[in-house]
Amino acid sequence: MSVWLIALIKIIVLFAWLMLFALYATLLERKESAVIQDRHGANRASIFGISSFGIFQPFADALKMLFKEDFIPDFADKKMFKFAPVLTFFFSSLVIIAIPFGEPIKIGDKTISLQLINPDIALILIFALSSMSIYGVILGGWSSKNKYAFLGTMRATAQIISYEVALIFSVISLIMVYSSMKLYDIVLFQKAYLWGWLPRWGIFLQPLAFIVFIIAAIAETKRAPFDLPESESEIIGFFVEYSGIRFGVYMLTDFIETIMLSLLITVLFLGGWHIPFIERTGLSANWIKAIEIIGFQIKTFLVFGFLLLVRWTFPRYRFDQLMELGWKTLVPISIFNLIVTAIVIGLL
Amino acid sequence: MRGFLYFFETIKGLLITAKHLIVNSFFHTLNYIFRIKTKRKGSVTYQYPEEKKPLYPRDRTLHKMMFRDDGKPRCVGCMLCVTACPSDCIYVKAEEVDGEKIATTFIVNVNRCAFCGYCVEACPEDAIRMDSGKLDFVGYSTNEMVLNLLKRN
Ligand code: SF4
Ligand code: SF4
Repeated sequence: MSVWLIALIKIIVLFAWLMLFALYATLLERKESAVIQDRHGANRASIFGISSFGIFQPFADALKMLFKEDFIPDFADKKMFKFAPVLTFFFSSLVIIAIPFGEPIKIGDKTISLQLINPDIALILIFALSSMSIYGVILGGWSSKNKYAFLGTMRATAQIISYEVALIFSVISLIMVYSSMKLYDIVLFQKAYLWGWLPRWGIFLQPLAFIVFIIAAIAETKRAPFDLPESESEIIGFFVEYSGIRFGVYMLTDFIETIMLSLLITVLFLGGWHIPFIERTGLSANWIKAIEIIGFQIKTFLVFGFLLLVRWTFPRYRFDQLMELGWKTLVPISIFNLIVTAIVIGLL
Repeated sequence: MRGFLYFFETIKGLLITAKHLIVNSFFHTLNYIFRIKTKRKGSVTYQYPEEKKPLYPRDRTLHKMMFRDDGKPRCVGCMLCVTACPSDCIYVKAEEVDGEKIATTFIVNVNRCAFCGYCVEACPEDAIRMDSGKLDFVGYSTNEMVLNLLKRN
């Protein structure tokens, strides 16, 4: 009984965390892009005259989205059209169930792990779920029966399928190093030191895999510089027929995917919640746990900021350049990395 | 080789945007959270209603009637501005006051005004000027945009 209660509480907390992060991610993106471009960004939304740098902006946006006309074109396949955004949203936010947020904490005589489930195949599960979300994109573009939406869908499908290859290859070399697919074990593995001073993080063990992973994963999230599926200036994208809150769900899904990506990068490459040398400071175990949980959030936030920085720095690729980068650069690099990793592990 | 150069150039690009981000957020934090005014703003934009862009002296803004020391308008009703106006938006009516011809009605229909400044150029008495600095005049109806310049405020 209490197991289910704990699971329920975890689900609610996770979902609230995710929604809040995603809402504020929209604000963060607007602010960060503005500051990069020497502007101010959204700072006008106010409640009772208190605007405080636009912290109410996400709610104003959400309200606006809710009250906009929900237009469904006559020629669209209505059921599929309504179903598609929910599908992407569902699958891309489901990834969070396997992410560990910190060491297990003790409340009373119970030990609560800060992770909803810890399956043996966590990595496979995560990549399966995140690739499922492409179905929502395909359905959305297809059921709109609009040629621009269709073009966007085709681009999205081709892009995601070709970048999945490099992504999975780079993850395979990681799995070989960590010799586990459980995300919790992966973080535990990273909590050690090489030669006594270098944290055994994925970014130091597998720098090449890190670069390939980050590029391929940005391509997976369909954001600039790989935003061909929704290139606003040419075809508007697979959601060209969507309006109001349905479009809002697609937009939010974009941010959720980016959040998932930053969570994954933190767990796989940046040592999860591990803060180097904290166990040598002589703090008590509970303090270390609390600091590590906060550290995990900060790391995720910084990675997210970095992804936004990438999004606002580079112009969009052309489609042939995109495919070339995927198949001719990233896949060979990741296979090379895989072979080198295999040889090194075999020799050690 | 080209690939490597490309990679380094992308890193350089990232560093440029990162520099903007960090420097500007530093000044934003100083100015808007700690309320310390610095000379450098961290942004090149103006926060419009609170912070107005400085106008050049030659900028043409809303019309303004000049008045003499005794409170009478300088306009003598010569109708030169009415003739010069390409949009036909000035209406002047003059009467004799104390043995002098003085405008008693001076109406500018800003709805139609093109802000060309010809009326200012035409006036021999320097009675009408466009240096009031007002750019943000609005109204709920077109009637509110028909201004009586003789009303002093
Ligand atoms: S500025 Fe030009 S259009 Fe406007 S009232 Fe003067 S002459 Fe007419
Ligand atoms: S404003 Fe100047 S030009 Fe126009 S009627 Fe008066 S004196 Fe003449």
